[in-house]
Amino acid sequence: MSDRKLRVSKIRNGTVIDHVSGGQALNVLSILGIDGSEELGVSIVMNVPSAQLGKKDVVKVEDRELSQSEVDVLSLIAPEATINIIRDYDVTRKTRVEQPETVTGILSCPNPGCITNGNEPVETSFSIVADGVRCSYCGTIIRDSLADHIDAE
Amino acid sequence: MMRQDHLITATQLSRADIETVLDQAAEIAADPQAWAESHFGSVLALCFFEPSTRTKMSFDTAMKRLGGTTTDMGTVESSSVKKGESLADTVRVIEGYADAIVLRHPSEGSAQMASEFVDVPVINAGDGAGQHPSQTLLDLYTIRENAGLDDLSIGIMGDLKYGRTVHSLADALTNFDIRQHFISPESLRLPRNVRYDLHEAGAQVREHTELDGVLPELDVLYVTRIQRERFPDESEYRKIAGEYQIDADLLSEAKENLTVMHPLPRVDEIAPDVDKTTHAKYFEQAHNGLPVRMALLDSLLGGDDK
Repeated sequence: MSDRKLRVSKIRNGTVIDHVSGGQALNVLSILGIDGSEELGVSIVMNVPSAQLGKKDVVKVEDRELSQSEVDVLSLIAPEATINIIRDYDVTRKTRVEQPETVTGILSCPNPGCITNGNEPVETSFSIVADGVRCSYCGTIIRDSLADHIDAE
Repeated sequence: MMRQDHLITATQLSRADIETVLDQAAEIAADPQAWAESHFGSVLALCFFEPSTRTKMSFDTAMKRLGGTTTDMGTVESSSVKKGESLADTVRVIEGYADAIVLRHPSEGSAQMASEFVDVPVINAGDGAGQHPSQTLLDLYTIRENAGLDDLSIGIMGDLKYGRTVHSLADALTNFDIRQHFISPESLRLPRNVRYDLHEAGAQVREHTELDGVLPELDVLYVTRIQRERFPDESEYRKIAGEYQIDADLLSEAKENLTVMHPLPRVDEIAPDVDKTTHAKYFEQAHNGLPVRMALLDSLLGGDDK
């Protein structure tokens, strides 16, 4: 984090999501349900050079420590992401996102005939399969452009 | 016994599950009277949001032949669904009236969702273009009776994309040593999720756009209806549908003991002259729905405890 090109300053407490695939930062916030109304300090950096990814995004959320289960859904769009929990300017915990078995309430099913697109009190649910996700209700498989199906609050 | 409390998709069925139901169905068929009081007092709810003849009547009769009764939601037009009630609410109400629910609904995944809202067994009797697993059990029963269930070549022809009986049958056949041939127009090939299941199961699968080349090697030919509404115009429909019809003359190219099946209703895809041949098993297939659904209900209602 000592990169001289870093465009935003260090945060005192909170979570830094690093190594997000370039261009996905806004989707990261969307998945996490962060839209500014929480009045958290949020900084994002997009499309900065990365030796590992070519281009990467960085998302910093102040005064909120994201749990592992909260960040694991990010593996759908940012499988290389690293999560740094910051306390008093120091990284106290550094983890990678891990692929969850199912993702609930994040993606919408592209099948218009799926019951989750009807007027029913049910959250979407997708299981992770070999190279995509699969609707737990109608079985529809999404392989490409997962971010297009994000339906977070 | 089923490993689960509901029957939602054919993928949940193991070979042992299938054989247990089919064995019991055979016992029932041999002596139906012996089961006449086995579920006295049990109530089966029939919730059909789409039209049905065979499935609804055979479940109705099956429950009554086990000594139970049925309660029928009636048509969507005459129910609270018409007032905008959700499926989740509907099944939660009906759960209070019945020991099990048979559900047919136009949305894929509807039976899965319904099962999450109730404690009584839910049987998926068709969820849109999804699955129809109780049909599959009677299909497998018919195949077993006529051709056995291993070392077979089965052709499945017609609307493979939207045909829920096809999806369930294809999934269930992966439990057996069966070569599956899928014959359809390009636009009605198997959907991606069913292909995925077949691939994951290591099934022996081939796809064809014409029946001619593969017909001579088939032991079973399962024909389904190609529906008018799947095509943009009438002439395209007639042209395509005409290529996937069979008649007695065509079947002269087939094995002598070929079993021809169809989930019914048929329209033009099997000519009436096939009915008189020894190949035709589709009416027998429909009749098998009764003992198979009696066995299924007995299993889900806890027959072993009685």
